[in-house]
Amino acid sequence: MDEKIYDSKLISKRGITTGLTKYSGNWSRSEVLHLLRRTTFGPKFNDVKDFEKLSLSEAVAKLLDTTNYTFNPPVNNYQNTNPDANSSYGKTWVNAPLDFNLEPSRKNSVKAWFWSLPLTQSTTIMEKMIVFWHNHLPVQMLDIPVSASCYTYVKVLNDYALGNFKTLIQQITLDPAMLYYLNGRLNTKRAPDENYARELQELFTLGKGSGSKYTEDDVKQAARVLTGFTINPTTSPFSTSFVSANHDTGDKTFSSFYGNTVIKGRTGINAGMDELKDLLDMIFNVEEVSKFICRRLYKYFVYYELDSTIETNVIEPLAKVFRDNGYEIKPVLKTLLESEHFYDSWNRGAMIKDPLSHIVGYLRQWEVKFPNTTDYQKSYKFYSFGSAYSAILQMNLGDPPSVSGWEAWYQVPLFHRTWITSDSLPKRNEFQDYLLWIGHTVDGYKLMVDPWIITKQFSEPRNADKLISEVVEFLLPQALDSSQIATLKSILLPGGIPDYNWSDEYDAATNTSYPNHATALSTATLKLKSLYKSIMNLSEYQLS
Amino acid sequence: MKRRNFFKAAAAASVVPVSLNGMNLNAMGFESVLGNIGKRASEGKVLVLIQLNGGNDGLNTVVPIDQYANLTKARSNVIINETDLLKLNGYNKTTLHPKMTGLQTMFNNGKVNIVQSVGYPDPNFSHFRSTDIWMSASDSNTIETTGWMGRYLDDRFENFPKDYPNSTMPDPLAIQIGAMVSLAFMGPSTSMGMAITDPTAFYNIIDNSTGTAPATPYGDELSYIRLLAQQTNKYADVIKKAASSGSNKSTKYPTSGGRGNGLSEQLKIVAKLISGGLKTPVYMVSLGGFDTHAEQVDSSSHKDGSHATLLENLSTAIDAFQDDLKLLGVSDRVVGMTFSEFGRRVQSNASGGTDHGAAAPLIVFGDAVQPGIIGNNPSIPSTTTVEDNVPMQFDFRQVYASVLKDWFELSENEVSSLLGGKDYNTLPIFKNSLSSLEEFADYMTQIRMKPIYPNPAKDFIIVDFETDGGGELALNVYDPIGNMVQTVFHRTFSVGEYQQQVDLRGLKPGNYIVQLQSKVKSTTQFVQKI
Repeated sequence: MDEKIYDSKLISKRGITTGLTKYSGNWSRSEVLHLLRRTTFGPKFNDVKDFEKLSLSEAVAKLLDTTNYTFNPPVNNYQNTNPDANSSYGKTWVNAPLDFNLEPSRKNSVKAWFWSLPLTQSTTIMEKMIVFWHNHLPVQMLDIPVSASCYTYVKVLNDYALGNFKTLIQQITLDPAMLYYLNGRLNTKRAPDENYARELQELFTLGKGSGSKYTEDDVKQAARVLTGFTINPTTSPFSTSFVSANHDTGDKTFSSFYGNTVIKGRTGINAGMDELKDLLDMIFNVEEVSKFICRRLYKYFVYYELDSTIETNVIEPLAKVFRDNGYEIKPVLKTLLESEHFYDSWNRGAMIKDPLSHIVGYLRQWEVKFPNTTDYQKSYKFYSFGSAYSAILQMNLGDPPSVSGWEAWYQVPLFHRTWITSDSLPKRNEFQDYLLWIGHTVDGYKLMVDPWIITKQFSEPRNADKLISEVVEFLLPQALDSSQIATLKSILLPGGIPDYNWSDEYDAATNTSYPNHATALSTATLKLKSLYKSIMNLSEYQLS
Repeated sequence: MKRRNFFKAAAAASVVPVSLNGMNLNAMGFESVLGNIGKRASEGKVLVLIQLNGGNDGLNTVVPIDQYANLTKARSNVIINETDLLKLNGYNKTTLHPKMTGLQTMFNNGKVNIVQSVGYPDPNFSHFRSTDIWMSASDSNTIETTGWMGRYLDDRFENFPKDYPNSTMPDPLAIQIGAMVSLAFMGPSTSMGMAITDPTAFYNIIDNSTGTAPATPYGDELSYIRLLAQQTNKYADVIKKAASSGSNKSTKYPTSGGRGNGLSEQLKIVAKLISGGLKTPVYMVSLGGFDTHAEQVDSSSHKDGSHATLLENLSTAIDAFQDDLKLLGVSDRVVGMTFSEFGRRVQSNASGGTDHGAAAPLIVFGDAVQPGIIGNNPSIPSTTTVEDNVPMQFDFRQVYASVLKDWFELSENEVSSLLGGKDYNTLPIFKNSLSSLEEFADYMTQIRMKPIYPNPAKDFIIVDFETDGGGELALNVYDPIGNMVQTVFHRTFSVGEYQQQVDLRGLKPGNYIVQLQSKVKSTTQFVQKI
């Protein structure tokens, strides 16, 4: 076993000095895979081949280009079990009137739908960013009594995922689900509720780093600014409103951290919005906001460890790009994803897959066939299966454990290592094996890996060495050593028999005219499954 | 007679001519304390940590009825009818929430110790920061990346994980029932804890790679996963074995489903694993949902509602667990302890809930605990503001120090090194806590403060206080949030009465808390500065 793990934390052991200069090194499959693994939920093999034809700039531009992106709302998948008079099967229910009898079905629908977004994604960075913002600006859907508001919350994340961060914060501040979740709806001048005002600063914009020195009183002042915003809980989705009688019209004086800013107390129906704009202007005037968000993006896309060299070489210049572009997200992502730092060998393969990336990545890379999307009832059942399994692996999409999001993205010192425990690691393996060997059957439909779909896409699958080398590169972030490769090869060619045996078996298995086709197909399938299982059972498979 | 000599003489004669907070000593079981002086139990001890996620409202859990009038003013929309509250034998000023009948019976049977107003200086109101502070036992403003139990286990079991499991320690060092391992179990290089949701089923992990990994972040993460895989494989068998040979015998575990049922299910697993012979010394279980910002009580019946359900689940689960341990014959070597990242504000909010606060009571249970209540009821001012918090009487690290010293039998030096090199005075939570006459003497020493005057005050106040045992005393002034704003003195006093003038001129108008503290006692009063 490697001894190094017993050293105390490896902070600054990395000695990585690359910065944001545009990457000019080798641009090959390895780099394409690195880029796509980090920015999508698992590339399909065809995506890799498509992106290999592009230059680095073209590849990044394609990931950031969402002009053809369509965002379809969840649909009524429950009509046969829980009839909805105000929506019909296969049509969306998000604009139908509130009906508490239908709420459980709609909650299931929105959760399944949310989980299906990364599964069915096109090759853009959008879904990774939606999950980034969901983790950064979370609500817990099971606590939100109106499912349509869960949808509109995700829609806000989608609308601004690659847009302007300041606008996103303004939208999320007024988002009904958020007003519900963090009690902004209850924040009035007589009974100020500082919950949202605290998280707005601590979690959403400034963080708790050394450059963030807002005070307890700043939390209270910000809560006063936000008094009067509330929701109408009888509509579906909830609607946001402003009750000027509940607004604190006094001046709000902030600490020296905010330059002793005074936000003038206003009256009337625009008071809340006007003061909110002042509040956000004040907060976004602090440079720490740009650095905090860039650190969060860094930990999400690159690695969790940030030393002072990286702070100087990456975070600070990236934060400047953010500020210089008026808090637009795209320029920041473009700069980061094209940088030599992003492709630095020290940053390759060092991310532990989050459960969603693990599960969805698996389903996408094996191109596991789901029921026809127009069979809404059935396909949503399988989305729910995926969602439930992600939750078992501790990433319940739509319901992070707290307002801080998932521990993996903030909890020092383990960070994403928290995903891997004696409970979750066996279950990850179990999931991989389950869909490879047994399959998940619901209503007569079996969700299962067909190993031939991918095998046939490789360049020379009848050649054992080439097949192993190509599939290992596709599935694992870094190369294996020769003894690991030899072990894998012995699965296809047991006992050191010559390579042509696999070629012969492959040819017979893939060609119906061969007399031994049926038996060859059966044994070759078994061998492929065993090979793929063994690769995925390696600890390396948990890395990205 | 010198204080120490006096207590030596008193203990030797088994005559204790003093009472404590007006309580007869026998009622508090102090005979057993004296009987235990000098004794220490030894092997197989288990600590079960019960995390109450979200910040438990201590004032509706352990309710100070001598403060009822002021409490009613401060939190009329959540206060529980006085007649519904549960009485505790020997304590006429302190009661439990009506749904905690299980814990009430346990208390009255001498199995529970309640420590009042546990917190830390400069409270942080962020869930995750405050949770980290409790898990790591750091100061409010220090980031500590190891957990208090992780450091303890790292000390006790040298060279983990490299040389483990082995014949002396074949079992996991710590088990968290759940899928994640908390910071509390984090050691200097790796987590000392193992997460389990179902001890009877483990899926075999195939990867037994022992090859070297490169000295890169990739290699580090790879080694981490491989290590986890190996540990899991190694420990899976002993856990499965313990789960199949262990059992549950109590019929008190609730059978219905629901959120709170989760805790009793978790404790059931713990009891089964202990009875199955696991040598694991520490377990952690958790119950979530305590972040009761809104509608924490049923508006028509304040003894019901979401917080009541949580407390009922907590109380039922602990009662069943303790019953189970007794029936399984292991109750003498298991203690449990609740904790939450913070308490909640004195005032309730307009939404029928309470916001993030500071100190709160903490419950320790088991055969080995010294039954009773440590500390005084929090005092509630007659007028409160939304900012007012329950001031801390005891630092949570005093509780940790007590657990480490009196339950896990570490020396004072060892305890201090595990708690950031600081000496925290231990509390008599365990029957063997007062293991020396000196400790007993410290505990018996009383401190009193007369009503502070003038109050309200503009520039100065006069604090009259007395100590009947002498020793180290500190007088501190806190703002209502819990931040210390002034240390008036911190020095050694001899037995006697004293008067101290305190200068308030540097403070903004508002409520302040004046706290007189000895090594293990504290008493507070509110002062209004005008």
